[in-house]
Amino acid sequence: MSLIAGHLEPYLVLSGLLFSIGSFGFLARRNAISMLMSVEIMLNAVNIAVVAFGAFAPALAGQGVAFAMLIIAVAAAEATVGLAIIIAIYRNRKTPLVDEYDTMRQ
Amino acid sequence: MPLPDTLPLIGITWADALFMLLGGVAVAGALGVVLGRDIIRNGLLLILTLGAIAGIYVMLGAAILAGAQVLVYIGAISVLILFAIMLTQSKAAPAKLNFQTQAVPAALISALLALIFAVTLGGGGWNATVFDGTPPPEGTRGAADALFGPYLLAFEVASVLLLAAVIGGIYLASLPRAGQIGAEEEEERR
Repeated sequence: MSLIAGHLEPYLVLSGLLFSIGSFGFLARRNAISMLMSVEIMLNAVNIAVVAFGAFAPALAGQGVAFAMLIIAVAAAEATVGLAIIIAIYRNRKTPLVDEYDTMRQ
Repeated sequence: MPLPDTLPLIGITWADALFMLLGGVAVAGALGVVLGRDIIRNGLLLILTLGAIAGIYVMLGAAILAGAQVLVYIGAISVLILFAIMLTQSKAAPAKLNFQTQAVPAALISALLALIFAVTLGGGGWNATVFDGTPPPEGTRGAADALFGPYLLAFEVASVLLLAAVIGGIYLASLPRAGQIGAEEEEERR
């Protein structure tokens, strides 16, 4: 009997760890694309938790995978629009660094 | 020759070893994505992290989701991100200052968040069954029944959302530059 891989908690802790790393990247990076990559890490962390719940709770069998599929579809839409916005801003401001997007600053 | 139940010499089971390997690769890759200086390497490390997470899905018995992860994330989103990196990196962009000035408080808050997650999620009391790694007997049928049963409306809305995102992405990326709009109008006036 496996001590780690057969229990729910290690998967949830891994998910929480990845989410924290992604949140740090989103808050601390200057490059808009790096921030988008951090968001992708956070979405994947949530997916791990959802799939783990689906695998370990018999009442949720199948639903976790279905939910994660929908999250992946929404993440794809988010990445498309986000990158298009970044490229549109880049063509005007010639920089991908978010702290130089200060047009609306008073 | 059949494999032994546990890893030779160390005595941990194969499932544990695989989980530690995949989880370690995922966490190390994610740290490389958020801490690395070279943004192209950040993008490539993101692919590594997503691949390790696909392996975690397989360990949880969701092979269909691992396939979707490889197709959508590694195949599509990562390539999109790498293309965006190539389009937006100019040589003048500073390679030194990667972090905002609030990086230190952000690191403290993220470490606190990780600690809270570790204490609350790892504390137990989830009333979960023990999962031995075998996929469900009905295969991916459970996922299909859920997706096309109670979640049918969400499934259809997701397809409309993807269509809207594709159209919106094309529109946003093809917007003329702010300076160009004025120039075109001036040319029409002449």
